[in-house]
Amino acid sequence: MRLTPEEVEHVALLARLRLTEEERERFTAQLNSILGHFEQLQQLDTSGIPAMSHAVAMSNILREDEPAPSLPAEEALRNAPDQANRCFRVPRVIE
Amino acid sequence: MSASPELIGLTAHELSGLLGRREVSARELLEATWQRVAEVDGELHSFVLLTREQAEEQAAAVDARRGRGEELPRLAGIPIALKDIYCTKGIETTCCSRILAGFVPPYDADVVERCRAHGLVFLGKTNMDEFAMGSSTENSSRGPTRNPWDLERVPGGSSGGSAAAVTACETILAMGTDTGGSVRQPASFCGVVGVKPTYGRVSRYGVIAFASSLDQVGPITRDVRDCALLLNVLAGHDRRDSTSINTPAPDYTQALIPDMAGLRVGLVKEFMEYQGVGVEAQVGEAVRAAVRKLAELGAECAEVSLPHLNYSIPVYYIIAPAEASSNLARYDGVQYGHRTARADDIIEMYTKTRDEGFGPEVKRRIMLGTYALSAGYYDAYYLKAGQVRTLIRRDFDRAFESCDLLVGPVTPTVAFRLGEKTDDPVAMYLSDVCTIPVNLAGLPGMSLPCGFSREGLPIGLHLVGKPLGEEVLLRAAYAFEQSTDHHRRRPVPIGERDGRRCCVTKL
Repeated sequence: MRLTPEEVEHVALLARLRLTEEERERFTAQLNSILGHFEQLQQLDTSGIPAMSHAVAMSNILREDEPAPSLPAEEALRNAPDQANRCFRVPRVIE
Repeated sequence: MSASPELIGLTAHELSGLLGRREVSARELLEATWQRVAEVDGELHSFVLLTREQAEEQAAAVDARRGRGEELPRLAGIPIALKDIYCTKGIETTCCSRILAGFVPPYDADVVERCRAHGLVFLGKTNMDEFAMGSSTENSSRGPTRNPWDLERVPGGSSGGSAAAVTACETILAMGTDTGGSVRQPASFCGVVGVKPTYGRVSRYGVIAFASSLDQVGPITRDVRDCALLLNVLAGHDRRDSTSINTPAPDYTQALIPDMAGLRVGLVKEFMEYQGVGVEAQVGEAVRAAVRKLAELGAECAEVSLPHLNYSIPVYYIIAPAEASSNLARYDGVQYGHRTARADDIIEMYTKTRDEGFGPEVKRRIMLGTYALSAGYYDAYYLKAGQVRTLIRRDFDRAFESCDLLVGPVTPTVAFRLGEKTDDPVAMYLSDVCTIPVNLAGLPGMSLPCGFSREGLPIGLHLVGKPLGEEVLLRAAYAFEQSTDHHRRRPVPIGERDGRRCCVTKL
């Protein structure tokens, strides 16, 4: 598998990153070198092997659904780049 | 005038005795620490933030309580440095990324709460690779940290600031995090002790996430007893982290027995050579000498092979970036951190914010992870990596049927020079080849000083245990340390010694 600069551009859009011309060229070369290193995994037969997603087997860690105080709005908004009416403010989303 | 080496060169357990007998006050100890920071940190750059006022208050509070005759926790009054990845209420926390510049968390991480409750004195935040992505601390948005043994070399990473600060005696204790070796590799490069506990043993609540199935909190200390004492503070269940293990943590100091009788040690072939390429000769020699020492101390030693470790690097560099690309989606300029100054629509706001906020390595890993998870490639990369991860864990489980402990080098080389690997990501990734499999398998791992290279640089011995086998690691490490002096060092003013500029020398 070889990534083209166009595919790199597409992945950047998916990741909400903006690349300069120079970055796109460099990332294409570097990502291909890294992906080349990954090829060796295909040598291994893993049919029937479950994928490990976590180191310690745990499932369904539940607790009682009890009301408890949460972070006050003023605290939650303290780091906001922009806010209005006790809400985070962003550029217009819907025309 | 040099900062008083007789105080700042001591360990936490030694200082704890002096503080308890009121031969020294927490404020005097803090003052000596500030002097040392002033003396070396301009060049070393271990710290990115010093919290002087809060430290003075914490130290004064400990002295006042002790003055009233209160019984205090063992580490009360001891200075500690926190990696800039821990949320600290009211103290700026940036993960050394421009995207989090100015972020002041509204709450403390679980481990920070625990340290506060034990009366530890917070000196400030230490330097790190941005979002813990790196092996040299050169990826910090705040500039690199230097290795106290040779200022031309890296301290390792990503917890390089914490390891350098402990080594240079700018702090007594420090905390790092370890996703693929970020506690153990810098501990090895700097010649100090570092532990990555079993995944789930220490809470990740309030630790800024990199790769959530791999991240773990770890202490960095001058010796093994300090490590046990700090683990006593950190380990335990936390309901705010759903991966936290709900079994009581032992008193780790009980494990400090200076012999190895009855312990079976396996030297891991794939730690000594990855895909047939051996570690640096002097690293291999130091590790083999350490294994002979463990045998002298009563251990039964043999060589073991874990063949799937030869696939650790590709598995890790698929899984960790995949998890990171998801975790770092939250940095969008909406709730906290940096937002671009001008954007006409929401997509432009996201992309410009993230372009301005993230450094090159973070972007590279987000790209890699996004690609590995994208439609059409998921099975070939992420699923495959998860399956091979199972094979790696099974290799460890099999080895632990005949061994209580696995050992090898922590890193294939001693500390490298600044700039040496910055243009070659794969070469940089290979410096974590011995530490990464331990994160993939979720096991406890430790780095312990075991010798020096010809250039006078530290070499680390890697100890790996069964799940929740921290006590076996500590026992072996303690036994080894008590019979060697590789962990002993002296803080000195920055200067040229044996052809290196440094601020620490062998005792």
